[in-house]
Amino acid sequence: MKDAQHRHWTTRIAILVPYAWLVAFFLLPFLMVLKISVSLTAVAQPPYLPQFDPVAGWEGAKDFFSALSLDSYLTLFTDALYVWSYWKSLQVAAVSTAILLLIGYPVAYGLARVPRRWQGALMLLVVLPFWTSFLIRVYAWVNILQHDGLLNRALLALRIVDQPVSWLATDYAVYIGIVYSYFPFMVLPLYAALEKMDHTLLEAAADLGAPPWRTFLSVTIPLSLPGFVAGSLLCFIPITGEFVVPDLLGSSSTSMIGQILWLEFFSNRDWPVASALAVVLLAILMTPILIYRQREARHLERL
Amino acid sequence: MRRFGIINLTALVLGLAFLYLPIAILVINSFNDSRLVTVWSGASLRWYRELANDAAMLDAASISFRIALLSATAATVLGTLAAVALTRGRRFRGRLMFSGMVYAPLVMPEVITGLSLLLLFVAIDVDRGFWTITIAHTTLTLCVVTVVVQSRLATFDHSLEEAALDLGCPPLRTFFTVTLPLIWPAVASGWMLAFALSFDDLVIASFVAGPGATTLPMRVYSEVRLGVRPEINAVCTIMMAVVAAGLIITALITRRSPRREAAALGARV
Repeated sequence: MKDAQHRHWTTRIAILVPYAWLVAFFLLPFLMVLKISVSLTAVAQPPYLPQFDPVAGWEGAKDFFSALSLDSYLTLFTDALYVWSYWKSLQVAAVSTAILLLIGYPVAYGLARVPRRWQGALMLLVVLPFWTSFLIRVYAWVNILQHDGLLNRALLALRIVDQPVSWLATDYAVYIGIVYSYFPFMVLPLYAALEKMDHTLLEAAADLGAPPWRTFLSVTIPLSLPGFVAGSLLCFIPITGEFVVPDLLGSSSTSMIGQILWLEFFSNRDWPVASALAVVLLAILMTPILIYRQREARHLERL
Repeated sequence: MRRFGIINLTALVLGLAFLYLPIAILVINSFNDSRLVTVWSGASLRWYRELANDAAMLDAASISFRIALLSATAATVLGTLAAVALTRGRRFRGRLMFSGMVYAPLVMPEVITGLSLLLLFVAIDVDRGFWTITIAHTTLTLCVVTVVVQSRLATFDHSLEEAALDLGCPPLRTFFTVTLPLIWPAVASGWMLAFALSFDDLVIASFVAGPGATTLPMRVYSEVRLGVRPEINAVCTIMMAVVAAGLIITALITRRSPRREAAALGARV
């Protein structure tokens, strides 16, 4: 293409402005997190040391680098609480993603099979909650799960239990909240994959004598694999760092890493440990994030 | 032939019930006259009236609204530029890093984004409040706009743009007279989505807000931590109504269901 050789100044601006913004407010902040994760807590404002002082020149820089320490990381790996929280977060994310796949798949499948003229309206219905606040959706469950909430009253009325069950502050509540909040994130990519599926392939399988379950297992499932991967990544990565759901619905024993980070930062004011927590969380999530990024970039390039 | 059997129907009905029942209960409860949210004692607008007298809540709502308006607009401009850069400027130095920075915030856990931006703001010693939240939300939502607009740019007919350029139309004018009219439904959806995201955000705003600004979700969160309150049901109902109205209006204006964007994005809110 000709504009590859002498690119017009407008294209340059289109690249430079958002690029500069992202470097300033996305990349630079990460470098700050890295830096503070190797600093030490201090009773100061801001509460960490050393502070970089550009006026002090080379001597200042030397002092700065010699004052850095890996203490926060050491704390992270020696304190069982942190290790356990990472483990717990990954476990919650894995189990929730599996549940989401199990219940999201039939819904996405049904959606892809609805007669065309209804598809638009039904998709709007699935997308709508995806635009409403996360906080509201979690709070809606507090209404239902509380001690004298709807769920307990229904269970009592149906005589399934004879004592109100404490749902809030349990792992069940956290799973319900997460599955509910991330449901559209799973359904949408699955639907996108299933909707694109070539239906003649199903007919071919049927014509060749494959029973419906066989067609489903060896044609439908493999063809919807991209949706599987996209949906799982979209759910797994953010769930691992989830804060709102475990904070509002979980107990103190379901401390996920997002909550620990929040506590270290806001309550303990230990910024270096909070930063180290973020760095390690990011390192753990790096693989899935890279897979997601690759997929997304390839997907858009193919369009 | 598409077969649409009873199993598919059941799955859909159950799925939608799962999505809407909790929200419906919340909305119904907001019209409940009783202070005890579990006992129905007649319909009333009592909690909406109390809300109208809650100055702190109204103040938070106005801050959230202004931040959402500003950050969505800034994000739409920046995000559209980024989308154009990624589709048009096929090869440029640092493209890999650029696309990385565009897609990563979509899945990045909010606690990390919030923490990192706060550390930056503290390091450069700016007053935290309205503007820092606006900047944080712009950064978060510009990525969403980019993905939405990029999916539209990738599918439209480039020969129209090339024709304009060949006829001697300068690139900037081509963009405004040819490209923008063709992609504006995506730009509008991107703006709406950015607005909704900013209006709803709790975690990032909590990190970067100073003592000076409290957004509506921050205010709601501090109330929710204390338990279920009927006023909060009313606030949530209004917030949902605003977003739903905006969504339906966008869909009507652009004559285009948001499902394409949402499916392309499949991304986080």
